[in-house]
Amino acid sequence: MATRQTAGLARLMRAPAIILLLIWMIVPLGMTLYYSFQNYNLLNPAAISWAGWFNYQYFVTDPAFMAAIRNTLVLVLGVLTITVVLGIAIALLIDKPIWGQGIVRILIISPFFVMPPVAALIWKNMIMHPSYGVFADIARFLGLQPVDWFAQYPLTSIVIIVAWQWLPFATLILLTALQSLDGEQMEAAEMDGAGAISRFVHLTLPHMARAITVVILIQTIFLLGIYAEILVTTNGGPGNASTNLTYLIYRAARLNFDIGGAAAGGIIAVILANLVAIFLMRAVGKNLD
Amino acid sequence: MARASSRRSRIGYTIAAWVVALTLFFPILYTIITSLKTEQEAISGFSLIPSFTLSSFEAVQTQNNYWRPFTNSVILAVGSTILALIVAIPAAWAMAFSPTKHTKNILMWMLSTKMMPAVAVLVPIYLIFLRTGLMDTRIGLTVMLMLINLPIVVWMLYTYFREIPGEILEAARMDGASLKDEILYVLTPMAIPGIASTMLLNVILAWNEAFWTIQLTTTNAAPLSAFIASFSSPQGLFWAKLSAASVMAIAPILIMGWFSQKQLVRGLTFGAVK
Repeated sequence: MATRQTAGLARLMRAPAIILLLIWMIVPLGMTLYYSFQNYNLLNPAAISWAGWFNYQYFVTDPAFMAAIRNTLVLVLGVLTITVVLGIAIALLIDKPIWGQGIVRILIISPFFVMPPVAALIWKNMIMHPSYGVFADIARFLGLQPVDWFAQYPLTSIVIIVAWQWLPFATLILLTALQSLDGEQMEAAEMDGAGAISRFVHLTLPHMARAITVVILIQTIFLLGIYAEILVTTNGGPGNASTNLTYLIYRAARLNFDIGGAAAGGIIAVILANLVAIFLMRAVGKNLD
Repeated sequence: MARASSRRSRIGYTIAAWVVALTLFFPILYTIITSLKTEQEAISGFSLIPSFTLSSFEAVQTQNNYWRPFTNSVILAVGSTILALIVAIPAAWAMAFSPTKHTKNILMWMLSTKMMPAVAVLVPIYLIFLRTGLMDTRIGLTVMLMLINLPIVVWMLYTYFREIPGEILEAARMDGASLKDEILYVLTPMAIPGIASTMLLNVILAWNEAFWTIQLTTTNAAPLSAFIASFSSPQGLFWAKLSAASVMAIAPILIMGWFSQKQLVRGLTFGAVK
């Protein structure tokens, strides 16, 4: 009797969250799917009509689409490589006995808490600006010509900014994993004459494998959605040089008022994100048991 | 001999770690320094010693009506977090203490809603906001931020609640505690640290959100993230003033963030790394 009562109460307690998320998931996604098959432009909203697969065809055959896919891949893979490799190195370093470890940790984690528009503007104006940035100051000091980062290397510049934002996250998670490493096992390996590199490859790296997987998958989800950093620095340009899929869809919806095209792009983004998500769910799901 | 070499290696590691830490922190440090310079100083070459003027901070507050976006940020971050907690605490509680065979699937499904790229629902959300008059209102954006962070909130609370030992509940029941007593005197005190951690992380996430805040606001409800993004155009703030605005936008969250390192790992990895 009591358990039935509890079960009923539990259902009641779960319901609001489940219903809200169900609505949040089904309604907008259903509308996106609907609009993706409509000819609908906000500049001429009366002329709404059935489009069939036209929006998808139009979106996919747009030269900007292939550029956006390529840029998205470069952005995601570039940032992942930098953050995972440097993240492992920095985690190993600050796991050593050092003076002022607490402050070092605080300094390293800080970039993660800087909101994307501020991070992008700091780099754009303070660091990478061709006349007043610190990089330009250094270049002039060395007698070199300052680089106009966002004009000459737009995508690289954005990769640097985003990697700076996410390196703390990777470092922190990898450090957490590192700290749970069995010290005795390490000592035993050292006694048996295993060198530093061999200990790293055979003990440390396998121990961190799960954390590395989690870093890669979670970052990928966020990196696919990079937006504000592009908006305040390059606006996706020059041309489409730094337009990713998110920015391309934003441009279709908000600047070209092409609701149908943006919706088709949105559905394509969902499919791509789901491919990534499947892997994440598997990795995280194991932890539940 | 061994001690001397370990001391030497400790000095080496310490120097290397501080170089790395200061390099990564440098953009933030330089922004703080620049915010204390005059506009003239700010563009006259590299210098780490400002004249410690607060004029840029004053100018940002008077000329750009800084307090409006600041207030909006506070209202949106705190409001969306409280809303999310109201919905999530009962749900996480029920899933942690009376799990059914579907609980795991429900949690995984909730996580999957987080995988949906924001831009995929830009079209419908934008149209809904336009047609219902929610555009550029605090209430609309508060609900949006609540919805996008709800899965993380439920998950974090769930992993915390699950660590509360079930035996304590049984013991309380044996002693004749009613459901009300159980909740008030046994579970709540044990759940408060987890709820506080969840709250902290969610405020940080909501404060820094920069996709929906830019899409769904213009001036009235724009929080700091949207306000700062509007200075991307060349006629925006000057160097020192931009730095002052940036410092004010990130300072509260930076300090909160320093206190939440552990929760950050846990919350953002959905409990996969602790």
